[in-house]
Amino acid sequence: MEYIREPLMQLKNINMVFQKQSSLLTDKKFHVLKDVNLDIFEGEIIALVGESGCGKTTLGKIITGLYKPTSGDIYLEGERMTGLLSKSITSYNKVQFIQQDSYAALNPVRTIYQSLYAPIKTKNRSWSRSQINRKLEELMEVIGLQPADQFLSKYPHQLSGGQRQRILMARAISLDPKLIVADEPVSMIDVSMRLSLLNLMKSLNKRYNMSFVYISHDLSTTRYIAQNGRVCVMYLGEIVEMGQIKDVIRSPRHPYTRALIQAVPVPDPDYVSDGELPLKSMQLAALEDRPKGCSFYERCLYSCEACRERVYHRDTPTAKVLCSHLEAVPDKPIYETFGE
Amino acid sequence: MDAIVRFQNVHIDYPLKKYTLHAVSDVSIDIARGKITALVGESGSGKTTLSSALIRCISEPGVIASGEILFCGKDEEPIHVEKLTEKELQSFRWKRVSMVFQAAQSALNPVMTVKEQFLETMEEHGDTSPAAQKENRCKELLEYVKLDPDRILKAYPHELSGGMKQRVMIAFSLLLDPDLIILDEPTTALDVITQSYIFSILKEINREKGISMLIMTHDISIVAKFADYVGVMYGGKLMEFGAVRDVFKKRRHPYTEGLIGATPSIIHDISAIKPIEGTPPDIMNLPEGCVFWPRCVYFEERCRQQEPDTVVYPDGSKCKCLLEGR
Repeated sequence: MEYIREPLMQLKNINMVFQKQSSLLTDKKFHVLKDVNLDIFEGEIIALVGESGCGKTTLGKIITGLYKPTSGDIYLEGERMTGLLSKSITSYNKVQFIQQDSYAALNPVRTIYQSLYAPIKTKNRSWSRSQINRKLEELMEVIGLQPADQFLSKYPHQLSGGQRQRILMARAISLDPKLIVADEPVSMIDVSMRLSLLNLMKSLNKRYNMSFVYISHDLSTTRYIAQNGRVCVMYLGEIVEMGQIKDVIRSPRHPYTRALIQAVPVPDPDYVSDGELPLKSMQLAALEDRPKGCSFYERCLYSCEACRERVYHRDTPTAKVLCSHLEAVPDKPIYETFGE
Repeated sequence: MDAIVRFQNVHIDYPLKKYTLHAVSDVSIDIARGKITALVGESGSGKTTLSSALIRCISEPGVIASGEILFCGKDEEPIHVEKLTEKELQSFRWKRVSMVFQAAQSALNPVMTVKEQFLETMEEHGDTSPAAQKENRCKELLEYVKLDPDRILKAYPHELSGGMKQRVMIAFSLLLDPDLIILDEPTTALDVITQSYIFSILKEINREKGISMLIMTHDISIVAKFADYVGVMYGGKLMEFGAVRDVFKKRRHPYTEGLIGATPSIIHDISAIKPIEGTPPDIMNLPEGCVFWPRCVYFEERCRQQEPDTVVYPDGSKCKCLLEGR
């Protein structure tokens, strides 16, 4: 059921270059994001996955307006955000960020009440204290921390990691955003608690039709949360494969995605593959001197000479893939059986 | 089972000012020789405390309150680890049992090169061979973990990536040819590709050198992929133990069942996955009876009144549940 709709947020040709002064004369340049194009639609959960250093957090920070891209444009509900960032900072209320480390994200000398109160008051200057208190109680109910008073009067160190992560979610939704960027929200949480947090995010997505950008290196939790959503697989600052998560996991097309999916451990001893990953080396290429063509060239088993010089997007029936030599890449599913 | 290490009724306590914290209570578990045994559990389950007791590195003020830890080398009298003196420990640690710590980042000394740290450890443990021979040994080990020795030996820790540091730590743990390596969450901060790579290196070490391994993890998927035996810990107690395939197929303990059922996978049906309700136990305030009853879906009144005994099956598997065979 495809129909044309206006994206909530559009990222066009985003490039991000970090500079590091290494000596008096030369600057080291790190090309962290390269020509990223991404449309985020209302109410969807879209996942960004990739190994550490692939630029997924940087992209998340650009989406939330914490970083200004070196070049490229961001449109939020059709309005160009780049350039006017500082003036129209209020528009960015519509986009909120949930950090990975919930302990570092909350001020340790403030109570939860203070941490949650401030952003609501800042946005709604005219609200009375009792109005805000009502809102806070409502929020605490949504995130499932009851009784509200008991949690609101606590300091961050008095809460468990899972509870703090819920507080971060309350803070993010308190400004009624359209889009929430969640950066590895469950990676520091105990396994048995992870699922309930993911369920909370899923329910927020349904209840308020909020879009989520879920950033993670863990494909299993990603598949759980973005079940019917899309996934962008990132490699060295580029989106190498984008498609419905079901399709991408079942039959990945980019050589990197194939290795990634094969590397994910499955909680079932029947599915243990002892085989080597389809990679030439495990070393991530350097970001300083990017190869002219495909950035995966050095590690790719299926590359040809031409890959060194050029790379372009190809559309397959299931995904958009950044690989110009797709013919050589096997297209058979990684796992034969697939309980859905 | 031919065991290299036997924990027998081990209790580890932290005596604090007002009360005593029981981090590990009454754990008996055998670590198989030449195999990979995993301890799985959430934070606070006591898995790190138990394994650090094996090299007597429990953080202050923890003590082994009672029980025995036997290290059984081949063709020798078992060593009572809990009775070793400081001097005896010096020759026990790293030579018999070495450890790869959780945060490889902070386990390496930031102001020493990799080479200096390797040589220091060898000399500290009484290696008097000529310098060239020592250096060759370092190179050999680094090559074994697929690192370029010429580059790595000269490097300081900050010049290495997370995956490289972890591999340096693995090479480091092999330095004195131990019989057993303890690996505490060896891949937690690493991405899946690096993780998969490190596990293939570890499996190779296990197979080729015959070194036994004890690995602590919170991730049941890693257990499925990597280990031969698994012990499931919760609230300082061993809930279930057995061969990996058995534990996954039989799921004798409700906690094991919950843990496996709460782990998302890239293959299995998502709709069948459900969380374990409730929160992990507060180690300072453990529930009466079975530690798991407040979260158990099979809970019966008697679970609250009586602590279950550990049932030992003929094949050596164990399960600590009153409703065993439910």
